[in-house]
Amino acid sequence: MISERWLSLGVLVALGGVALAAMALDTPYTITLATRAAILALAAAGLNIALGLGGLVSFGHALFFGLGGYAMGILAFHAQTYTPLDLGLFQITGTKSMPVIWLAAVTLSALVAIPVGILALRTTGVYFIMITLAFAQMFYYFTLSWSAYGGEDGLSIYVRNGFPGLNTFDPIQFFGLCFTLLCAVLWLSARLKRSPFGLALGAARQSPARAKAVGLSPMRLRLVAFVLSGAIAGLAGALYADLNRFVSPAMFGWHLSGELIVLVILGGVARIIGPVVGAGVFVMLEHFLGQITDFWQIWLGLILLFVVLFARGGIVGLLSPKGGRHG
Amino acid sequence: MSTILVIEQILNGVQLGVMLFLMAAGLTLIFGVMGLINLAHGSLYMVGAFAAAAVAGATGSFLAGLVAALAAASLAGALIEVTVIRRLYAADHLDQVLATFALILVFSEGVRWVFGSFPLYLDIPDALSGPVTLPGGIDYPLYRLVLIGIGLAVGLGLWWLIERTRLGIRIRAGENDREMIAALGVDISKLYTLIFALGAALAGLAGALVGAIQSVQVGMGEPVLILAFVVIVIGGIGSIRGAFVGAILVGLTETLGGVFLPAVFGLFTDAATATSIGAALASMAIYVLMGAVLVWRPTGLFGGRA
Amino acid sequence: MADPVLEVRGVSKRFGALVANEGITLDLRPGEIHAVIGPNGAGKSTLIAQICGTLRPDSGEVRLEGHEITGLSVAQRARKGLARTFQISALAMEDTVLENAVLGALGASVSPWRFWRAALSRPALVDRAEAALARVGLMQARHRRVADLSHGERRQLEVAVALTLGPRAFVMDEPMAGLGSEGSADLTRLLDALRAEAPILLVEHDMDAVFALADRISVLVYGRVLMTGTVAEVRASTEVRAAYLGDAA
Repeated sequence: MISERWLSLGVLVALGGVALAAMALDTPYTITLATRAAILALAAAGLNIALGLGGLVSFGHALFFGLGGYAMGILAFHAQTYTPLDLGLFQITGTKSMPVIWLAAVTLSALVAIPVGILALRTTGVYFIMITLAFAQMFYYFTLSWSAYGGEDGLSIYVRNGFPGLNTFDPIQFFGLCFTLLCAVLWLSARLKRSPFGLALGAARQSPARAKAVGLSPMRLRLVAFVLSGAIAGLAGALYADLNRFVSPAMFGWHLSGELIVLVILGGVARIIGPVVGAGVFVMLEHFLGQITDFWQIWLGLILLFVVLFARGGIVGLLSPKGGRHG
Repeated sequence: MSTILVIEQILNGVQLGVMLFLMAAGLTLIFGVMGLINLAHGSLYMVGAFAAAAVAGATGSFLAGLVAALAAASLAGALIEVTVIRRLYAADHLDQVLATFALILVFSEGVRWVFGSFPLYLDIPDALSGPVTLPGGIDYPLYRLVLIGIGLAVGLGLWWLIERTRLGIRIRAGENDREMIAALGVDISKLYTLIFALGAALAGLAGALVGAIQSVQVGMGEPVLILAFVVIVIGGIGSIRGAFVGAILVGLTETLGGVFLPAVFGLFTDAATATSIGAALASMAIYVLMGAVLVWRPTGLFGGRA
Repeated sequence: MADPVLEVRGVSKRFGALVANEGITLDLRPGEIHAVIGPNGAGKSTLIAQICGTLRPDSGEVRLEGHEITGLSVAQRARKGLARTFQISALAMEDTVLENAVLGALGASVSPWRFWRAALSRPALVDRAEAALARVGLMQARHRRVADLSHGERRQLEVAVALTLGPRAFVMDEPMAGLGSEGSADLTRLLDALRAEAPILLVEHDMDAVFALADRISVLVYGRVLMTGTVAEVRASTEVRAAYLGDAA
């Protein structure tokens, strides 16, 4: 079998390679596909911290994805309409600068994740799943009727936001940005997994009684994991909105939450490169199968069933069977 | 705000509630006895609606449509139980969520493949159409009253089944200790298939009945599924009584909230903003309700175990 | 006589009409192994739970080194130096032996709120963990996954994890459970040597181990302490024999 280190490297090289090849062959749509995969992988990597490491089955991570998307949408909207955002006490001028938007997306997601986490983590099992879903649904319905920002129709951002020193309209450069962020987050996750925090979190997942008996607080560990996870998903949401230059309530939808979980599981839960594999396979299925049949999601469903019933370690699990946390 | 409007909305809330109860009862039974989170329940609702619309459209008989709905949904339920679901009883929640989510994809796209993307229509039978004049001079659609009646009848029927029959004893025993009833010689796999099919039939019935007042289309099951989960979380998982109480609560909150919240906001802002904020808050209201219940009773109103 | 390290005073707990513990008073002195024995249903598990913090007593108090810990959570008591082993091994099964041992060291020497440098590259953690593993004889196995260990090795690991806390007192819940005679003998030797570091409150069914190790024995019957005495006193007691209806004594 392949060592996890080489597999991870290979997958990342493949993703980057696809984009570069597409640039060389002048097929910008493929670059967009690769970017889409990278962004979804980023969101899934965020989820993996809560789900894979922490064992938290969050069916509401679209909440953070949507928050990031709307952070971008609102800030960019006010910039492109040259109207400041009036918050009563003070005004915020819009911005179309990506670093600022990313900061806003991450901060907003993290801030929301704290109370949501505190409330949701009081529950376990199906209750936790439902409560996370409920929070996402709340925001879904809220944005659905928030006509100031498009409501059901969503919000179009005419022009992609800017990053200092780069031409973000150029597909390959935007891909590069997303890819760099993805790699950074993956590296962070790998370090996190082996850190004392990661060890403690994993122990809390496997045996909460043991964790408490050595003086750890599973609740606090999980909360921190949840917040980190949400912040990363928020960043992904902002990037996604930028990719499509469009933000809509669907970014809060439960279907998306489900898809994020699918990405993680398909790739291999708690494996660092799993989200990238899952996102890559998903985007490929969507594209190639989608060309053959309009009903490609049936096949996605069947593949998913297969993975759940027979290949629980996901694709990475098949290629690089688990040897523990090494790699 | 006239009393007539209020009473009408209360009745609407109750009607929504009893239909939710049909969904929630099956869900809570399945989770209570088999420990399984079944996201595909909304798909079974949809299957029932489509079967009813197709058969009623072909034969002109609403009754035939209902029978078809019950048959199709319970068959579909039994089929997926035997092929997929029974491998999930021992699995953890994540696997159950994923596998049943996969089933949603298969069902939705499957139905879309067979019936296309456009909605089907199911008509209210002539005998049940038209308003009925209730005491107090209120005109209320007969069909909706019939729905309330059916829902209550099903509730009573389920209560009788659980409390007064041998099947009910096995169900209650199964909720308490799965391993034990297997040891006592009850054929677990048949029992589980039966319960799953029963839950599916209830979902299909709800889909068919509601399909006559809303449109029958792919994806109709999911919003109802989520509401049904909220119901059983509020009511307490495993409790039919909780499912009923929770369903009525959710039905009333959703309906009355949708009417009154915009009205309340209308006192403060203009009509357009009031409607949109009110509507938004109304949809959020049930989640706030669920959150509040969980904070107070982490296992729901009538729930025993976590 | 030095002050007791662990004290239980008048601890009572009922579950509805069932009285699980009534007025339990006992203490654990420095350097001793104090065994708690009793027939099934005597209330030993309930007592352990109240000492370790998974249950709150209805009345009475628990003290560790003179400080009251009755109201503290499990984690808080662990941080104060109360280390326990579980009757059914509570270990991170997917992780390695070393990683489990490092867990205990986490609370004691390095905080879990460190996100960057790998846990296993920190000498503070690894040295402490390896020292504990060496004491119980698991150093050879330290990179093996717990899921691959034998039952006996897991029981040893339970003790090692408790050791890494650097505890003031041990509470051990049937550490011999499921061990064959060789495993029991090994563990008995280990516990014998451990008492010098921190006293052990030992709940056990294995009478050979109890009589070999205990300085004092408390006998629990129907939720009450029937007697507390030395091994000889307990063996000689007719009441104890009656309570056990002709068991090992």
